[in-house]
Amino acid sequence: MIGFWTLFYKEVLRFWKVAFQTVAAPVLTAMLYLMIFGHVLEDHVRVHGIGYTSFLIPGLVMMQVLQNAFANSSSSLIQAKITGSIVFVLLPPLPYSSFFIAYVLAAMLRGIMVGVGVLLVTVWFVDLQVVAPGWVLLFAVLSGALFGALGMIAGIWVEKFDQLAAFQNFLIMPLTMLSGVFYSIYTLPPFWQQLSHYNPVFYMIDGFRYGFFGVSDVSPVHSLAVVASCFALTSLLTLALLKRGWKLRT
Amino acid sequence: MIPAVSIVDVVKTFGSLRALDGLSLEIRQGEFFGLLGPNGAGKTTLISCLAGLARLDSGSIRVLGHDVVRDFRQARRLLGVVPQELVFDPFFSVRETLRIQSGYFGIRRNDDWIDEILHHLDLTGKADANMRRLSGGMKRRVLVAQALVHKPPVIVLDEPTAGVDVELRQGLWQFVRRLNGEGHTIILTTHYLEEAEALCNRIALMKQGQLLALDSTVNLMAAHPGASLEEVFLRTMQR
Repeated sequence: MIGFWTLFYKEVLRFWKVAFQTVAAPVLTAMLYLMIFGHVLEDHVRVHGIGYTSFLIPGLVMMQVLQNAFANSSSSLIQAKITGSIVFVLLPPLPYSSFFIAYVLAAMLRGIMVGVGVLLVTVWFVDLQVVAPGWVLLFAVLSGALFGALGMIAGIWVEKFDQLAAFQNFLIMPLTMLSGVFYSIYTLPPFWQQLSHYNPVFYMIDGFRYGFFGVSDVSPVHSLAVVASCFALTSLLTLALLKRGWKLRT
Repeated sequence: MIPAVSIVDVVKTFGSLRALDGLSLEIRQGEFFGLLGPNGAGKTTLISCLAGLARLDSGSIRVLGHDVVRDFRQARRLLGVVPQELVFDPFFSVRETLRIQSGYFGIRRNDDWIDEILHHLDLTGKADANMRRLSGGMKRRVLVAQALVHKPPVIVLDEPTAGVDVELRQGLWQFVRRLNGEGHTIILTTHYLEEAEALCNRIALMKQGQLLALDSTVNLMAAHPGASLEEVFLRTMQR
């Protein structure tokens, strides 16, 4: 267990030492989104009877949880691979399951820290109620862990920073932006509405939002089932890659 | 007595390149063993296989009786490896690096031993310096320190003195000799053959993944009267 806790501590220390970049900057980005979109649309749009700024906040929080959880594990791995310092975790007798859990937990923690930061900053703009905090916590933890694991797959798979940027820009960013962060999918044309149901991020944001308002586009239990299944699949794949040492051990 | 390292019929290929070609050798406990050969001989590949950084195509390697594949956790616990490349994690100080490395091996509160290593490697004054701020020679010494944090009985030094100045090289060898005297098995690869001649009890000469010669340093030298190890090396490679 000491090996696992050390790896977890190292991963947390790694992002905490540059917290201005890894925690403060994403909070500022989310605040800018809120100020711009909230200001422009607050008087024109209501979703499920909720004011637009209030509706937007849970989406922004979850978007930052996901993007930062992904960024943490993927950047840590790719940096270690490129600089060669990955040997420091490959040489010791660490079981691959410890490797997985430590990276995922640290990624999730960074995601949630940023999410909490966004919440703390944005609650000054609106009176935000949380009707079901259990759902909020559950979706934040599961979704952060899922994107932490996804970040591990990306970090293991890619060999250069530009490949990781492509992964982020062409997969992670569209999945998060087109998931209902800024809108309810029922405002979309039928084709895009249908397509959104194949985006797992939609369920993360919808379930998370349910925890705040008690209303959602689909049932939170349905969303939870989708997110938990995706997490299980991603975890199994990551564990299999680590066990095989794919792209880590020659 | 169980060998410190037992290598049996090891084959490792990279595409069409046969980096290790049916290599077998044994390294006894307490030896100061030299693994010599030109670039591309397979020394680093062999060390990678030993350390679990590379997978074997066939054959087996054991560290103090523990198979590096089937019983990898125990085998890695017994092994300390100084990698050839000058790698470091730029986020941490020297002390943080060594504490973290200790933790990976399941050791908490290792500061007494860390202080001792830092002292012997002349790094005490740099304990709280960030790794980025160290010179190449100092980074190399931190790599040596990292390999020693868990007091491994078998220590592998893959060209540890590359880029290290003469004074520090002497200090490093003094410390490694002391560890060898205390019973640690040392496996050394180096291109400085005079170092190997001075330090190693036994030497293996490798070329293209195969073993060309394996004998005590004394016997190798005796077979070529009047020759230096460098000349013995060149003659063996030209065979």
